[in-house]
Amino acid sequence: MASSISTAAKASAAFAHKKELAAPAPAQHRAGSSRRTKPCRVRAVASPARAPRAPSSTGSVKSAMTMTEKILARASERAALEPGENVWVDVDVLMTHDVCGPGTIGIFKKEFGEDAKVWDREKVVIIPDHYIFTSDERANRNVDIIRDFCVEQNIKYFYDIKDLSNFKANPDYKGVCHVALAQEGHCRPGEVLLGTDSHTCNAGAFGQFATGIGNTDAGFVLGTGKALLKVPPTIRFVLDGEMPPYLLAKDLILQIIGEISVSGATYKSMEFVGSTVESLTMEERMTLCNMVIEAGGKNGVVPADETTFKYLEGKTSIDYEPVYSDAQARFFSDYRFDVSKLEPVVAKPHSPDNRALARECKDVKIDRVYIGSCTGGKTEDFLAAAKVFLASGKKVKVPTFLVPATQKVWMDVYSLPVPGSGGKTCSQIFEEAGCDTPASPSCGACLGGPRDTYARMNEPMVCVSTTNRNFPGRMGHKEGQIYLASPYTAAASALTGYVTDPRDFLM
Amino acid sequence: MAAAPSATAVSTAALVAPIQAPTSAFLRRTQLTRHRLHSLKCRRAGPIVPAAAAAAAGSSSPSSAVFHGECFVVGDNIDTDQIIPAEHLTLVPSKPDEYRKLGSFAFAGLPSAAYPTPFVAPGEESSRYAVIVGGANFGCGSSREHAPVALGAAGARAVVAEGYARIFFRNSVATGEVYPLELTEAGACKECKTGDVVTVDLGNSVFINHTSGKEYKLKPIGDAGPVIEAGGIFAYARKTGMIASKAAA
Repeated sequence: MASSISTAAKASAAFAHKKELAAPAPAQHRAGSSRRTKPCRVRAVASPARAPRAPSSTGSVKSAMTMTEKILARASERAALEPGENVWVDVDVLMTHDVCGPGTIGIFKKEFGEDAKVWDREKVVIIPDHYIFTSDERANRNVDIIRDFCVEQNIKYFYDIKDLSNFKANPDYKGVCHVALAQEGHCRPGEVLLGTDSHTCNAGAFGQFATGIGNTDAGFVLGTGKALLKVPPTIRFVLDGEMPPYLLAKDLILQIIGEISVSGATYKSMEFVGSTVESLTMEERMTLCNMVIEAGGKNGVVPADETTFKYLEGKTSIDYEPVYSDAQARFFSDYRFDVSKLEPVVAKPHSPDNRALARECKDVKIDRVYIGSCTGGKTEDFLAAAKVFLASGKKVKVPTFLVPATQKVWMDVYSLPVPGSGGKTCSQIFEEAGCDTPASPSCGACLGGPRDTYARMNEPMVCVSTTNRNFPGRMGHKEGQIYLASPYTAAASALTGYVTDPRDFLM
Repeated sequence: MAAAPSATAVSTAALVAPIQAPTSAFLRRTQLTRHRLHSLKCRRAGPIVPAAAAAAAGSSSPSSAVFHGECFVVGDNIDTDQIIPAEHLTLVPSKPDEYRKLGSFAFAGLPSAAYPTPFVAPGEESSRYAVIVGGANFGCGSSREHAPVALGAAGARAVVAEGYARIFFRNSVATGEVYPLELTEAGACKECKTGDVVTVDLGNSVFINHTSGKEYKLKPIGDAGPVIEAGGIFAYARKTGMIASKAAA
């Protein structure tokens, strides 16, 4: 039995709706119905078990594809494709925010006409998040521009903010786009998600193809719902072994980027598999995929499984169909890591691949710590930091800035009990440790921003940060020094005033 | 190992538009049509865009542009934050006056210690340097399209580098702002100095440094060339009939 994708693709010349390309009904995952479906049943559709046959006698080996290839094949209505091919794909979701939205809208109107309508008002998600809590007039104007467009186009998903003095007064406002996309159910296995932001690859954690594009490409998608993409070959990263209690996904991805360099995955897909990956929560998988771009990767993927399906329960009413790499799929290269042997790492200034063991940087005096962003400002990131502060019981020695990624994260910080604390919330633990009060959710100082951005680095100083980049000037000042780290390492460093291995507090 | 986002595989059925701006009804109808992919024939481009300091080399074949001027040299892994710092991203590139302002901030993020000569002189809005020479992984980091836009707005015509990050490469082609040209070998950015007089010859795929007397081979720009020459993907799509020209000028 050939793959259901190829069978359906040979159907009539009439347009085959994407859902029809999927396997017959039982394999579809319907929102709200039983999610107890075992993943192995879906895998049987993708790569059926059969007696071995000589490769030359069948086409099935030739069309063995990786996850990324399969997603792009389905999105471009192709039976099979190979890395290097340029294909037109149907886009399932297009995301933009306040920084690139106005430019994208400008191009859309210029090229398709002032009265043009977007290709699908339910597939465009517009999320102001970058320069929100600022008095910068142009930044504020840019939120107005995207609002006007959303009203004009009747965009279904626009997470608006009007009252900048109190984020809680804005019921629609979410915060950081990549975390909001996940929390609001816009990330679904098997789909194609494009966004005007390089960390759009974050959504690959859901087993979908997600990557960042520029304003012009996005303007084109707004008008046509299609994008021309080049199929990337896939590098497979097999992570096995029990995750030590002092490591987080941030350590894993910094380890990988340090291994392959900031251009090691250029034009390639990064697929994360193995027992360790399977043990990660969705938020941890997001952290992993989030920084694929820092290795130059086009996209990152984690195969969808029960963890994924459970996370999606109640979040989306749109059907989805996961895909999985064929057993005989060809990968560009393989990397294998025994996670049990890894240690906490940092990326030293000024490159995300400038990897060093945290314990080897213990003499680096720091001036501040920043915990936030799509990479390191999710609920579990704050729970992790709180765990270290709790274990220590002491106060931080340097200003410690906390910026929850979204409203939901902010609420979790103020309501979720931290395990082992006797019912204390993260916010209480942070207060007792002397951290700054958790700030309004947004991208914040991860990328510097307007001068009055909270926690922006306006003088040269040394910062340990849970963010994603540390190139010169990233957080504001060109001579600032940024050490990228996990929330455990960031919290440990705040407690000592030096770059610190979290084992000093967790073991 | 840059990959040109080749326009060879084109779905013309999807892109042929009626004279007026496509309505959502039209777009739905288009999506119902079975698409067939076929090669796009490169049309011959018109006269070449002249570089900052030299007369245009008129030619009838695509991608035979020649640029002369002074070069500005940077190193490896120049990320888009250095090309255009985040604080300037409130400028919207599709607004003409803000487009020009972006040009004035091109390369404002380069650390002054390593780069004492600014790309745009203080008080100026554009740069004297027509060609940028870079190392590996040029344009890495953020996807901000403001980066190639700032370079183009400042007057740069081409970047000559050892390699590119993919989003920057893609944005350069889509906007048509600068040619992202790739050297066949490493080392040029170490042998060239800011201010050297150079020539970029696309037709012969060669980069010449007149000041040092050295020549470097370039990888052919391929299908991306005509797209940039036309002024980006939309202009190219109109020029080649992929989409209808705008009704009213």
